[in-house]
Amino acid sequence: MSDFLAGVAAAATVAAEHVDAVDRDARFPQEGIDALKDGRALSALADGVPFAEVAEACRVLGRACSATGMVFAMHQIEVACLLSTDEWPWAKGYLAELSREQRLIGSVTSEIGTGGDMGRSISSVEPQPDGTCTLVKQAPTVSYGEYADDFLTTTRRAPDADGGDQVAVMHLRDQTTMQKNGTWDPLGMRGTCSPGFVVSATFAPEQVHPTPYVTLGAETMVPVSHLLWSHLWVGIAVEAFERAKKSVKAAGPNANSVKAQRLSELHNQLSGTRAQLAEAMERWQREYAEPGRPALQTMSATLRHNVLKTSVSRSVASICQGALEITGIAGFRNDSPLAIGRLLRDSLSASLMVSNDRLHETNASLLMVVKEG
Amino acid sequence: MTTPMNDLILSVLSEHGRLPVSPESLGESDDLYAAGMTSHASISVMLGLEDAFDVEFPDRMLTREVFSSIASIRAALNELAAAA
Repeated sequence: MSDFLAGVAAAATVAAEHVDAVDRDARFPQEGIDALKDGRALSALADGVPFAEVAEACRVLGRACSATGMVFAMHQIEVACLLSTDEWPWAKGYLAELSREQRLIGSVTSEIGTGGDMGRSISSVEPQPDGTCTLVKQAPTVSYGEYADDFLTTTRRAPDADGGDQVAVMHLRDQTTMQKNGTWDPLGMRGTCSPGFVVSATFAPEQVHPTPYVTLGAETMVPVSHLLWSHLWVGIAVEAFERAKKSVKAAGPNANSVKAQRLSELHNQLSGTRAQLAEAMERWQREYAEPGRPALQTMSATLRHNVLKTSVSRSVASICQGALEITGIAGFRNDSPLAIGRLLRDSLSASLMVSNDRLHETNASLLMVVKEG
Repeated sequence: MTTPMNDLILSVLSEHGRLPVSPESLGESDDLYAAGMTSHASISVMLGLEDAFDVEFPDRMLTREVFSSIASIRAALNELAAAA
């Protein structure tokens, strides 16, 4: 095991100790994140840790505490965006600081009034007479908004730009004002602490990502999100599966064979999901390494990245529910080592964060032109 | 430049592009997305073009770039015609 993954395993142990309190109180998983910072895991991608190891870290953390895993995954998505181009001198300086200080990056992508379409913005970069730029964005949700050090925010390129003409802006905490809207008491993923905010920032023009968001999203942000989320969701499913397995084992070899058979069926589903994820990982990494990344510009790539998300998100919720049926009342109880409740509730967020309905709407339309081959 | 191919491209854009401006008012190389064509409308345009020109765009041509201007659409259709 690499030093990086050994550090992540240690952080996962810490996160697991606090997972019930994090879930019960809907509080930020501070202990897990601090342990990741101690292991210098927040700068992993910037320090040259392979993407596949960062993805595996999401899976390991997802098993232990999905909120810690989700915060870690979302942070790495923003780091991947900063690393996506060599043509951004400002990001190089920032990443060196991130590596020194283990700063945590949040993202401000959704916006009130766009109907959940991340590919359109209402807010915009507004150049000011003193040479700085500002933006004001009404975000319905900002994951760990109160706990992030810095933010990557999508917005229109300029006040007169079309809604789809977006850029990503990296702004620091001391350049940002966050006005919280409302409360946070969700069904699952409670530790991600993602209420709404009005986000206002003042920043230098060099802090705008040089790649148009339409390209950054297609090549990096969307596939990396779907790949890292899928890893952590699979982590949740693996944990639920292992609890179901414990309950079948505990019942002994001569006990209820229906449960043992159900476990085997659940294993089918889990194996299929992991194989789908492994294939998507291999393909994206290969296509990302190609000069100019032409394959990632195609609609068939968009379709594939969306299918990964819609499919894994549904499957993990179904695996958690299957595990509950196998563990029975022991899994239904929250005060049992076989409890499935939190895992099931957390898994249900998967089809909602970036709505599967919206992705299916896009895919239904892409399917009309993309050839299956 | 008025050619049968350009007229047909303009008619597809006008029928499927859902642009807030008339396609005839746009320059050859003007960015159709900047002119207000959504990704969703661009897919209708692709289908409209396949239908109107009786062609099938291979996956490598199904990119945002290829459908971003009248000139780039014409180049793609010419490439398909040359390969046929």
